Amino acid sequence: MSTLTATAEEPRTTPARPAYRVTGRRVLASEWAKLWSLRSTWITLGLGLLFLVAFGLIAASRYKSEIGSAHMDPDFAASTAVSLSLFGTNFAQLALGVLGVLVTAGEYSTGMIRSTLAAVPRRLPVLWSKAAVFGLVALVVGTLGAFVAFGFGSGIVSGTPAAMSLSHAGVLRSLLGAGLYLGLVGVIGAALGALLRSVAGGISVLVAALMLIPGLISLLPSSWQNDISPYLPSNAGESMFALTHDSTALSPGAGLLVFVCWTALALGGAAYRLARTDA
Amino acid sequence: MIDAQRLTKRYGEKTAVDGLDFVVKPGTVTGFLGPNGAGKSTTMRMIVGLDAPTSGSVTVNGHPYARHRAPLQEVGALLEAKSVHPGRSAYQHLRALALTHGIPGGRVDEVIDLAGLGSVAKKRAGAFSLGMGQRLGIAAALLGDPQTVMLDEPVNGLDPEGVLWIRNLLKGLADEGRTVFVSSHLMSEMALVADHLIIVGRGRLLADTTVADLIREAGGDTVKVATQDPARLRDVLAGPGVDVTGRIGSEELQVTGLTAREIGLKAAEHGIALFELSARSVSLEEAFMDLTRDAVEYHGATTGIDTLGRPA
Repeated sequence: MSTLTATAEEPRTTPARPAYRVTGRRVLASEWAKLWSLRSTWITLGLGLLFLVAFGLIAASRYKSEIGSAHMDPDFAASTAVSLSLFGTNFAQLALGVLGVLVTAGEYSTGMIRSTLAAVPRRLPVLWSKAAVFGLVALVVGTLGAFVAFGFGSGIVSGTPAAMSLSHAGVLRSLLGAGLYLGLVGVIGAALGALLRSVAGGISVLVAALMLIPGLISLLPSSWQNDISPYLPSNAGESMFALTHDSTALSPGAGLLVFVCWTALALGGAAYRLARTDA
Repeated sequence: MIDAQRLTKRYGEKTAVDGLDFVVKPGTVTGFLGPNGAGKSTTMRMIVGLDAPTSGSVTVNGHPYARHRAPLQEVGALLEAKSVHPGRSAYQHLRALALTHGIPGGRVDEVIDLAGLGSVAKKRAGAFSLGMGQRLGIAAALLGDPQTVMLDEPVNGLDPEGVLWIRNLLKGLADEGRTVFVSSHLMSEMALVADHLIIVGRGRLLADTTVADLIREAGGDTVKVATQDPARLRDVLAGPGVDVTGRIGSEELQVTGLTAREIGLKAAEHGIALFELSARSVSLEEAFMDLTRDAVEYHGATTGIDTLGRPA
């Protein structure tokens, strides 16, 4: 009550009011605080990290135990320390993408968005801040997970044909590429959540885009497949962190460019809907 | 200060708010009344820019809400109770809002105390009762120390002590010179806090009036008298501005234009025995019901005429 009564005693025409102001940096700080004040953030990020490291370890261990045996799958036998360590990327992208959807769509499902947009009625800074904050967090977690997974994985497979060290050509690029990929998946998740304003819808489209559509493309005539397939989000993304590229896949740089374009497309759609339609 | 001009919102075929013109002035509590579905919440959402008007405009302290540098300092709004993430604590919720404006942490603690949330501030908002949720919403509304406070159905879910707290809070805010705009569908609640009333029905403005004027327009005060000799009493009371009604053969009369005291004195002067003498003021609730019922009928009629004019 103290402030309210205090202002009452002052003349009405010249109230001594503090000069608050909304700035981009402050919206960022608010979104940062919002992200870490939810338990689901800690749990899902932990799961993402766990998936990345644990599946890498499992893949490396299995490779180690099967190497040299006659009935080993030839594709699996051609694995490298990098491909084995990054085996968990598929699962980690699910965790980080879903958390991205929750960061935005969760505000709509709970009603929090009304408080958020009443505080920042210009709206777009909220989307940029959410994408930046969560993209950065997903990037850090993804990069950390990739390096940890490789650290353990390369240790397990040392002395086998798959053995590699960080100094090996392309290894560092692959691991950083995996982190960057996971960061951008987080941004895409956040964009899809803001675009669809529904947790279930956002997750469905995310899973479809990253995991189902590549399978469906195989139903197309093969000449089309070769034209379309490399540009799909999941395949372009994979080019970013794969150590070796066959003739159909994009180069890491081109893969990054295509995946950034997909991210920008999703963000653009989200921005359009946020700015144009009622909350 | 809230200024709405020809404010209109359509959702497809349905017109939720239909050309509202009103001004909410500082220093008083203005009640925003109407039956459910009258467009009150939609109007409030447009005031803080959550919904864009189909046509017309609404400004707060001279500018559209989104143009202000520190919107929370201009208008503090309690919209629907659930504008909070249930997984976040009350403190974290308020802090996240405060950070967008650079509002210091001390102010967050202040509004938590002000709303009586001190003991539950660290608990998840999802575990709050309806009343606690309302208190958190009000704390958020007051966070920016706003010039205009706008509350949508603030007493919903509050216990009697909470209702009393809201009443005193609203009056206090208005006494400090702030603009206070409160919606309700309960006239009885508004009568206790509001000085000014903006009444809407089906998205249209029905009345922009004061509590006293509304009662006067709704038929004023009548006095019920029961007497042994109704015919003689009628003659005695007759005069300019006085209206006496009553059924033939009944001992009861309804008198307007005289107070119960005046009627009693005149009856005593003429030696007429009275059995009952009671002032029956028209309740605001009744006045409100009359007003909105008329509006519904009126709108029904115009819609009929409209459709006749259009090629069906």
